[in-house]
Amino acid sequence: MSASTQTTPVLDPAAVAGAGRGTLLRLATAGSVDDGKSTLVGRLLHDTKSVLSDQLAAVERVSRDRGLTAADLALLTDGLRAEREQGITIDVAYRYFATATRSFVLADCPGHVQYTRNTVTGSSTADVVVLLVDARKGVLEQTRRHLAVTALLRVPHVVVAVNKIDLVDFSQEVYDRVEAEVQAVARELGVVDAIAIPVSALDGDNIAERSSRTPWYSGPSLLELLEALPPSDDPAHESFRLPVQLVIRPQGAARDEAHRDYRGYAGQVATGVVRVGDDVVALPSGRRTTVVGIDLGERTLDEAFAPQSVTLRLADEIDISRGDVIAAAVDAPEPTQDIKAVVCWLGDAPLRPGQRLLLKHGSRTVQTAVRTLDGVLDLDDLHAVPSEALSLNDIGLVTLRLAAPVPVENYSVSRRGGSFLLIDAHDGRTVAAGMVGATLPTAAAAPTEPEGDEEWEI
Amino acid sequence: MTTTTNTPDTQAAAATSVADATQPNAYAGGSTSADRRLSQLDALEAEAILVIREMAGELERPALLFSGGKDSVVMLHLATKAFWPAPIPFPVLHVDTGHNFPEVLAYRDETVERLGLRLVVASVQDYIDDGRLRERADGTRNPLQTVPLLDAINDNRFDGVFGGGRRDEEKARAKERIVSLRDEFGQWDPKNQRPELWNLFNPRHRPGEHVRVFPISNWTEVDIWRYIDREDIPLAPLYYAHEREVFRRDGMWLAVGPVSRPRDDEPTSTRLVRYRTVGDMSCTGAVDSPARTNAEIVLEVAASTLTERGATRADDRISEAAMEDRKKEGYF
Repeated sequence: MSASTQTTPVLDPAAVAGAGRGTLLRLATAGSVDDGKSTLVGRLLHDTKSVLSDQLAAVERVSRDRGLTAADLALLTDGLRAEREQGITIDVAYRYFATATRSFVLADCPGHVQYTRNTVTGSSTADVVVLLVDARKGVLEQTRRHLAVTALLRVPHVVVAVNKIDLVDFSQEVYDRVEAEVQAVARELGVVDAIAIPVSALDGDNIAERSSRTPWYSGPSLLELLEALPPSDDPAHESFRLPVQLVIRPQGAARDEAHRDYRGYAGQVATGVVRVGDDVVALPSGRRTTVVGIDLGERTLDEAFAPQSVTLRLADEIDISRGDVIAAAVDAPEPTQDIKAVVCWLGDAPLRPGQRLLLKHGSRTVQTAVRTLDGVLDLDDLHAVPSEALSLNDIGLVTLRLAAPVPVENYSVSRRGGSFLLIDAHDGRTVAAGMVGATLPTAAAAPTEPEGDEEWEI
Repeated sequence: MTTTTNTPDTQAAAATSVADATQPNAYAGGSTSADRRLSQLDALEAEAILVIREMAGELERPALLFSGGKDSVVMLHLATKAFWPAPIPFPVLHVDTGHNFPEVLAYRDETVERLGLRLVVASVQDYIDDGRLRERADGTRNPLQTVPLLDAINDNRFDGVFGGGRRDEEKARAKERIVSLRDEFGQWDPKNQRPELWNLFNPRHRPGEHVRVFPISNWTEVDIWRYIDREDIPLAPLYYAHEREVFRRDGMWLAVGPVSRPRDDEPTSTRLVRYRTVGDMSCTGAVDSPARTNAEIVLEVAASTLTERGATRADDRISEAAMEDRKKEGYF
């Protein structure tokens, strides 16, 4: 462990206080168990001075009690009793850190095989996934599974941290081999722009600052890269959609007399931009009207954009209720009762054709029946194979029939408009994460790329 | 592939060129207009309002935990925005330890009055008076709140309770979902939590179960203060620097009061202090502070090397897993 771990962090108050003016980047970790995720997270928190002295003192005390000679940074995130007892991460932990230019929400996701659903959880909201790979072990089953999830969920950025580079004597040869292996798997799964970095989470090499121990590596440190990533697409490039959460109609209960006749449709702009005067359509009814006002609390806005939570006032009193979608009139999606989708199955009991479930899309929940199961992803050779059922952690292709038309979109076009939950109506559990229109690779995987693939060398 | 030379003072340039090499589209598209990117505070506000509205739509009988503390005040402010110009469509619930700061109770009542809310109070004192609960040896009543809270949830048939818990407060809370299931005994099972996917929140549950909802999960203490400052939200006066008679115990300044009396070996003094958290007076410490404005507090909190609970809560120092143990039993 490097000497820096022992120092008491000194915060930069101006940076922390001013952090709220910057943008927010949502980050998730992934990787196989023991690849060092919690240590990496602890290192990021420590090196961004996000660990306060009482937290560090607690970690040092517990580490000492266990006979360790240096603070075990994994204890910063492994907060549950069972996690500390077993030395593993069981559940997603959320942590917060900031640099001078950006604030980060970090979902630390467990790598243990039975907890893959947590990686789906962390990845579904992430702007970037940091995938840990042990330099000594290369790509493991969990690495493939996590990359498959990352690819399916279309996380905008993937960073591959080739960890424990200190344990392979900072060998460029080993790094190049592991990186080529990861990139080959990533490309098979459709992740074409993964960026790899050699790191030692334990010692801090290439985490906050670039390491002198990897002179052959010329790229950025992990933190430099995270600060430079663009957070999200410009909402103006997407079509406007707003799932209606509530109809706000105060009548006699209005906060003041002037709003007794107020009628507004409250929701979060899922995608795109809406302006006063825009023509919109209510779905699934298809009725058209015009936006005459946009409110955010007492403030009146000229336009709203994703992901603002606002209330729209419309020119006509058309029938719109919770669960409907207000969309730009020009390119509104066609509501449908038949969906083909890829689902990550998270239920303990298997999914079988014929099963009835609830489907939640936006703010609407409808009944659904599983028509057919059209394949399951084989994680060894990464293509779809026939199957009778989907088991916990399986990724499969299904055809669903809905009890009512829902304006779903293709997930490749819109993460918000194409995502849904499957829910067990009996106990309320969320049993699947679904992506409309997604597909699984059908051909057998291509042979592994040769070492040192030029295109990916940094 | 862009060639990069790697010297320490060209780090930023190198970062960019690496990115260019691997992600031409993402990096070349510098056309994003800055005014259509939400600031961190606006993004957090939008997320919180989304959650509050969604649960109001999904649940039959929710309630909002309101103690008069800063986090629950921010929650009320967000709820006001979520339903404006309609009133907040659910009652607020306070678990009263009987060890409250009088200023906080006064603030609570004033706020409830101002917003026209219905207040449900679950009183720990009532439970102690009729023998259903017994005073602890250490005198703190924070852990005693669980039973009155769960009874209030059952008696009022609340199926969801909004809380102001934040993940940055404590490491067990860091594991908490935004919408979190509680079984019929009010227990939290951290090893069996629901996956929380995209912005789709699922509070469905079986009869007898309920959900706890934490819309400000992703806010940090500094975010809370920056938001209070920006929105000009009134708070109880004890959050700001004031002179108070205090004494030292467990490394904290405790107020001299009816439930926190100094022992003979604990001299009292009058100091300029403020509270970072407000809870049971007998175990909530004040911090030395000259900060009299929200802006001054933002800077002070940002510079603090202690977490708010580490600095001010004796009960969270009991063990490494004190909060986890309380939460599993049904605590907030």
